[in-house]
Amino acid sequence: MNHAIWTEGLVKRFGETTALAGVDLAVRTGTILGLLGPNGAGKTTAVRVLATLLRPDAGHATVGGYDVARDAHRVRQLIGLTGQYASVDETLTGAENLLLIGRLLGVPRREAKQRARELVAKFDLEQAADRAAKTYSGGMRRRLDLAASLVGRPRMLYLDEPTTGLDPRSRLELWDLVRSLVADGVTVLLTTQYLDEADKLADEIAVIDHGRVIATGTPDELKAKIGAQSLAVRPADEADLPTVVSVVGELAGVAPDVEGQLVTAPVVDPVLLPAVVRRLDDAGVLIAELALRSSSLNEVFLSLTGRPAEETSENEDSEGVPA
Amino acid sequence: MTSITAPSSPELAPSVSPIEGLRQTATLAWRTLVQIRHNPWELSDFSIQPIMFVLLFTYVFGGAIAGATGKYLTFALPGIIVMNMLFVTMYVGTGLNTDLTKGVFDRLRSLPVARWAPLAGRITADLVKQAWSIALLLGVGTILGFRIGTSALALLGAVALLLAFALAFSWVSVLVGLLARDPEKVQLFGFTALFPITFVSNVFVRTETMPGWLQAFVDVNPVTILADATRGLMLGGRVAGPVIGSLLWAAVIVVVFAPLSVWAFKRRV
Repeated sequence: MNHAIWTEGLVKRFGETTALAGVDLAVRTGTILGLLGPNGAGKTTAVRVLATLLRPDAGHATVGGYDVARDAHRVRQLIGLTGQYASVDETLTGAENLLLIGRLLGVPRREAKQRARELVAKFDLEQAADRAAKTYSGGMRRRLDLAASLVGRPRMLYLDEPTTGLDPRSRLELWDLVRSLVADGVTVLLTTQYLDEADKLADEIAVIDHGRVIATGTPDELKAKIGAQSLAVRPADEADLPTVVSVVGELAGVAPDVEGQLVTAPVVDPVLLPAVVRRLDDAGVLIAELALRSSSLNEVFLSLTGRPAEETSENEDSEGVPA
Repeated sequence: MTSITAPSSPELAPSVSPIEGLRQTATLAWRTLVQIRHNPWELSDFSIQPIMFVLLFTYVFGGAIAGATGKYLTFALPGIIVMNMLFVTMYVGTGLNTDLTKGVFDRLRSLPVARWAPLAGRITADLVKQAWSIALLLGVGTILGFRIGTSALALLGAVALLLAFALAFSWVSVLVGLLARDPEKVQLFGFTALFPITFVSNVFVRTETMPGWLQAFVDVNPVTILADATRGLMLGGRVAGPVIGSLLWAAVIVVVFAPLSVWAFKRRV
């Protein structure tokens, strides 16, 4: 067994709310697992348990072979945590934050300063290194957060929604950083609400809903199962709408979603697009709009659970601002 | 380019040694104190504010209360030092609350540091602020005419007693910091609870001038007892009784508030 992170039947309750209802995860060493789910699905709770911040009510979790509850101190020496709830000190400068963590990890002052300089350079924060972190932009803050979690050269890195709220460019930059870390042999647990993020970064994806893993697989396996793209067709003439709905429905194998004049259906088989075009052309239907676009998390949930992703915000509240 | 995550040595310590814990505490105290450099307003909070109190009470009310400003300064300064000490302990709670609400606390707890180090670091930093405030008030008092009537040793005793009481009272601040939703609420508590408690004491006026029912409260108020002990140690007079009383109060505060804080901590994280 070569799993850097492994959980079995993880349960965590907050009062009446069950945040984790028996979560099984297995992350192979040196790979990225994408934990995909809507707000309140239990992603953050799972990360907090694996980061030794929460004790599970039932089940087991090991990191690097060490039990998170019984051997918490050893686990803490292996992990790095970056997330909305594990943050840097805003009143300190970026460099001071990195120095602080180095010193806390027992690195001598000179080396800790050296390490801080190294990370500041790597994360493109040189200009801002001596400014208070509260003056940083969103993208800079995330980079500093990530740098802070790397001071101790962790073997396992938890990234809790690392790109939520970032602009597209900062997002791509962060993805590149994560890839370079994995190239160095780090194991990454990434939580995200974005299917394309899990698709682009993860070696394996676990879809989590209401504290339960409802699907796992490589991005390709999942996409084959759920349709990572969807086809959208809009007829030029309103009168052709029923024809379009029936053709798309027949070829896609599921009842398409109709919104106004726009007909959408998940694409499981890539031959769907040419087939739809051919049939509509044969039927003499004029098409005003035809597009293939990435499925949203909502569509993933629709095809996995038959219902849209629900934001059960009460979970995340009771665990978030740890109230 | 150097590799950002060269494999770490596989030697993992099973737990934190107490020495490491103390070193981490010192690092975390440094972190709290270095913030002052970026936020000089905080320094003014526990520097200018107490000096204002000394000046206002001495020159505005002093004549009316004691007949002469110099005489009043001698009476009031030890008490003002006590009052200021209680207010400064609130930084422990506001700081702790900020760390909790901003997520800094989670990051610290995900690191292999002693579980008690983050709190101990805050309290250590607070004691440095306390020592600074006491020295500042004594310095300003001396310029205005306050004179120590006892010995250097007794003065050191007074400072030690004040710091010991601050240490005990930090538990109140910790509890408030854990229960409050945001740092502002902690400060609000400081004003709404500490102001009456410190004013209904003999810090500013003699107990005999108050109505009887109020005297009953003033006499048992730990602020009064600690102010008496500080006066005794700085100016002379009764010492043993108030000092013992202050230490007893400190012990009671720890016995009540430390377990409550532990409970609130477990509930919150």
